[in-house]
Amino acid sequence: MDGSKVVKLAEAEKGNVIKITSIQLDGVMRRRLLDLGFVAGADVEVVRKSPLGDPIAYRVSQTTIALRKEESMKIEGELMSNGK
Amino acid sequence: MGNEYRIALAGNPNTGKTTLFNALTGLRQHTGNWAGKTVTLASGTVAYKDKTFHLIDLPGTYSLFSNSKDEETARNYIVFEQPDVTLVVLDATSLERNFNLALQVLEMAKNVVICINLIDMAEEQGIHINEKLLTRKLGVPVIKVSARNKTGFPLLLDTLDRIVTGKIECHPMTITYSDEIEEQIKKMEPKVKAIIGDRLSSRWVALRLLDGDEALLDELNKYLVREGTS
Repeated sequence: MDGSKVVKLAEAEKGNVIKITSIQLDGVMRRRLLDLGFVAGADVEVVRKSPLGDPIAYRVSQTTIALRKEESMKIEGELMSNGK
Repeated sequence: MGNEYRIALAGNPNTGKTTLFNALTGLRQHTGNWAGKTVTLASGTVAYKDKTFHLIDLPGTYSLFSNSKDEETARNYIVFEQPDVTLVVLDATSLERNFNLALQVLEMAKNVVICINLIDMAEEQGIHINEKLLTRKLGVPVIKVSARNKTGFPLLLDTLDRIVTGKIECHPMTITYSDEIEEQIKKMEPKVKAIIGDRLSSRWVALRLLDGDEALLDELNKYLVREGTS
């Protein structure tokens, strides 16, 4: 598959694995996301989406964390696997 | 009184920090306030050889950058109350996540012991941890324990004993940042040192100021006033 496809976390589908390349957030929220494991180079899997598609639960560094679209729209990465 | 030492326990939530605390203190705990704070922390005692260790169970957090009251409480205790040793409890099955906090503590305190807990669970999962290599890399003792099975306690207590008596000296690794940041640290450190002296790590304070941590600046002011008048 095409390993260089860049997607936003908010736009990924359930089962997708994304290697984070950039986090376009600043200040406390950026710090918080880094602390939770959303760092460049980390693999993130989309675990599940809520009925309205927001928030979305992600698996990162062995823990599941849900993000709102406001944040997940600003995190980008390479699509590593579509989980199929 | 010369044989009493304060050991602060820091760690992520769910690392078995409180299990370790309870196992070591045998539930001989009470909650207590400290200077100028309203948050209560559990503390308990362990007798070892001729010494009494006062263990303080800090709130479980992923970070110490003051995103919440819990983080602020833990951070302020480590930095301003300056326990004799800060014991960082890590989950052996999730070291990558847990090391975020450990590295933060290594930047702000000198006497640190890294305690890798849940080692029994990690071994069941086929995870092997080379604590000697970690000790060399981090510059502070790294000890594997299982709080649930009470394994590793003698070595842990002996290590605490040897740190407070000066038989082991900790040299926490320094994290090197980008040239731009290092340059600014170099400029700020002497000025920071002139104000705070050797009581706190001037490198750490400079880093926090570069990050624009105003909450820390407030705490620092309070601390300096308190220290100056007492």
